[in-house]
Amino acid sequence: MTAADVHRAILAAWRIEQPWLITSLARMLRDVSLAEELTQDALLAALENWPATGVPEKPGAWLMTTAKRRALDHLRRDRMLERKHEMVAREMETEQQTMPDLDSALDDDIGDELLRLIFTACHPLLPREARAALALRMICGLTTEEIARAFLVPATTIAQRIVRAKRTLSESGLTYETPSGEQLSERLSSVLEVVYLVFNEGYTAARGNDWLRPQLCDEALRMGRVLTAIAPHEPEAHGLLALMELNASRTGARTDAAGEPILLLDQDRALWDQFQIRQGMRALQRAHELGGAGGFYALQAAIVACHAEATRPADTDWSRIAGLYAELMMIANSPIIELNRAVAIGMAEGAEAALAIVDGLVQKSDLKGYHLLPSVRGDLLYRLGRFGEARAAFEAAAALAGNKREHDLLARRAAEAARAAMSSQFSPPV
Amino acid sequence: MRFMYIVTSAHPGPPTPELLEAMHKLAQREIKAGRMLDNGGLMPLAMGAQVRIKGGQLSVVDGPFVETKEVIGGYAIFELRDKEEALASAKEFMQLHKDLMPGWEGTCELRMFAGP
Repeated sequence: MTAADVHRAILAAWRIEQPWLITSLARMLRDVSLAEELTQDALLAALENWPATGVPEKPGAWLMTTAKRRALDHLRRDRMLERKHEMVAREMETEQQTMPDLDSALDDDIGDELLRLIFTACHPLLPREARAALALRMICGLTTEEIARAFLVPATTIAQRIVRAKRTLSESGLTYETPSGEQLSERLSSVLEVVYLVFNEGYTAARGNDWLRPQLCDEALRMGRVLTAIAPHEPEAHGLLALMELNASRTGARTDAAGEPILLLDQDRALWDQFQIRQGMRALQRAHELGGAGGFYALQAAIVACHAEATRPADTDWSRIAGLYAELMMIANSPIIELNRAVAIGMAEGAEAALAIVDGLVQKSDLKGYHLLPSVRGDLLYRLGRFGEARAAFEAAAALAGNKREHDLLARRAAEAARAAMSSQFSPPV
Repeated sequence: MRFMYIVTSAHPGPPTPELLEAMHKLAQREIKAGRMLDNGGLMPLAMGAQVRIKGGQLSVVDGPFVETKEVIGGYAIFELRDKEEALASAKEFMQLHKDLMPGWEGTCELRMFAGP
């Protein structure tokens, strides 16, 4: 084994244990920031010791003991917390008398503890980016460098975000507990928003050379699975997991060998991950069983499910998709959703009906700078044989496109419409 | 990365109650960590059957399976970051057997899923 292999093995052993280290310490210390730091310290201790001693037989127990010892030292130093210290010391003694490795690590209420941690890391008090960084660090155990690499920002930026977020948390005097009653749904949506933000950052890769950054998708999926396991009665948690699983199932089909994006209807559906589709469909079904079919994430998942279930593009149930977008409009009135509904109507009922909706959107100015509005409009006009207008729309769309690949694609379509306009002048319409 | 863990053993008989409980706890924990997607234990081969093709002939073998030494006792499907994580988690699982069912011998095989 090379030094790098040893390092990777240690990191892996730590990662397997990380969620239980941080939750145990958070329970001991009632301070997530400190718990997180001491969890990282345990990794450093392992990296210092294990290359010489080898990875112990029970790495989890070693890490847990090390981390708890440090937490105890910390409590000892803090005389204000004398009483807490006694309580914790007693608890630790009992634990050591029984089975130190299983008792604490395999605790029955570990899910509640983890949920408390997630609610704290994703507190609405914190800016969205800070919530995302804290969640990746605390729940997924990513290092600052890994988070920075994933978001394509300097490590110092992430470190600052984390320090500031932790300061906000400790200064706010928040109680470390799971919200209940009316607060629960607001806090839960803050958590789901963060998970979806991380997923989308990986899925659409707005910046950088890669069209996809699958690692962020994987981490978001993991958080989604955690949430459905520890908050199994929340339909929107299942809805979000379904949405992410179903979208991620197309990962292998979304780019060609050169890394160029392939649009949904042009993808080779044999490359869609059927295992993941089944996982997604199961999560969606669970959301429905819990009465959450009309939820923000469940509706979007149901739309994606229409694609996942269609063996060929021609089998897609576009009327159902249009209906789902209409439902989505009722809970989240957004011109982008309306534009998507228009695309579905265009497929289900024809370009004319869709153009009426799109022209309505053009009248309102909400989407003025959004290249996909003229792009969709150009496509509909082209299908109606109105090539001159289609060309103008594609040119307008190309001018608004922020990404070079999209710009080039739209410019090609404008040229194609221009050629069609020329030839239609010389031949009678059919 | 998706992995299937296949546990094989020549050990007859079911796991001890202690091992069973510890494996159950570990499974619950791994599900809550968002890592385990599915798992299950299998009944002895004698209660199942084999459908074989040999020399172009399809046949059903419904026991007795005297020649089978090692049988698959259970499986689990995990979604993990890399092979190192898979190894760490499989070792943890096997350590339970070592601690709670002395004398047990067997193998936990890690297999990476093929892409679609």
